Amino acid sequence: MNLLRLINGRKATAPVARERLQILLAHERGLRGQSDLLELLRAEILAAVQRHVDIDQDKIVIRMERGPQVSTLEVDIEVPNGAHKSFAAAG
Amino acid sequence: MAKVLVVTSGKGGVGKTTSTAALGAALAQMGQRVVVIDFDVGLRNLDLVLGAERRVVFDLINVVQGVAKLQQALIRDKRLENLWLLPASQTRDKDALTDEGIGRIIAELRPRFDWILCDSPAGIERGAMLAMRYADEAVIVTNPEVSSVRDSDRIIGMLDSKTVKAERGECVKKHILIARYDAGRASRGEMLGIEDILEILATPLLGIIPESQDVLRASNVGSPVTLHNADSAPARAYVDAVNRLMGETIAMTVPTERKGFMSRLLGRRAA
Repeated sequence: MNLLRLINGRKATAPVARERLQILLAHERGLRGQSDLLELLRAEILAAVQRHVDIDQDKIVIRMERGPQVSTLEVDIEVPNGAHKSFAAAG
Repeated sequence: MAKVLVVTSGKGGVGKTTSTAALGAALAQMGQRVVVIDFDVGLRNLDLVLGAERRVVFDLINVVQGVAKLQQALIRDKRLENLWLLPASQTRDKDALTDEGIGRIIAELRPRFDWILCDSPAGIERGAMLAMRYADEAVIVTNPEVSSVRDSDRIIGMLDSKTVKAERGECVKKHILIARYDAGRASRGEMLGIEDILEILATPLLGIIPESQDVLRASNVGSPVTLHNADSAPARAYVDAVNRLMGETIAMTVPTERKGFMSRLLGRRAA
């Protein structure tokens, strides 16, 4: 079998499938019956920024990367100069 | 009193209906009284796989709505006198299925049968929810493929939370049935192996059904594979699975085709 793999140069893909599933399902099981921490952080960070700055929704880039041990949330917000909300006007 | 067994998967096309027909027929062949219920409203197929498509008069929704008596809607198999079918409706809306109505039908069937097999539709909508709602046990049909395993995991979560048993704090007994398994591809690392699937889903294995043309041949003629070609690899795998359901301990093997001399000589794949 391994010889065959050497000849046609194909790699076994099943281990990749297995690893991807393990990471994904660990995450999805955590979601059942509770809200997703990353989603919650994303929503609250945006809400916090929007309280102070007018942001163009198209200028927000959000990336999530889920890993077995660590997940990362990257929120990239373009803040134009002078976008600061006037608190006096807002009352 | 009958055991209610749901055959489910989440993903479509993995072999739920084929497996319901084969498991139901194998149980009936062992002398068990079996009724199979098709929950796939609008896309019924269990009647076709069982070869009863021309005998459907009333269906599940007719019974739920009180248009027909349960006895009028049940179709007895022509080959196996212990096997009965309650077909799904092909025309009605799936919203006509109600929790209360299904509960009434299951309660009425329980004292009359040994097994009630519920063939779930794909997905996680109403039909699938109601198919598993009253289950005592569940067969989760899984293919060795990432999307199928993911959906199986989702369904396991639902069996543990949305069923009557789960709501009572009890547990639906779950079994994995791996279908369309190709031992050659798995050993070459091209397909998820049995160990991989079981470890990921953390659920005991009921059986391994090899990928086989016999399954298609049987459905072509409207006969469960255990009846159509009892000697074929998938038929033997389903019979093993049914014996395990009945509580017997049988060594787990992947039945293989018994190749004839010519096909062995020619090296043709006798799948």
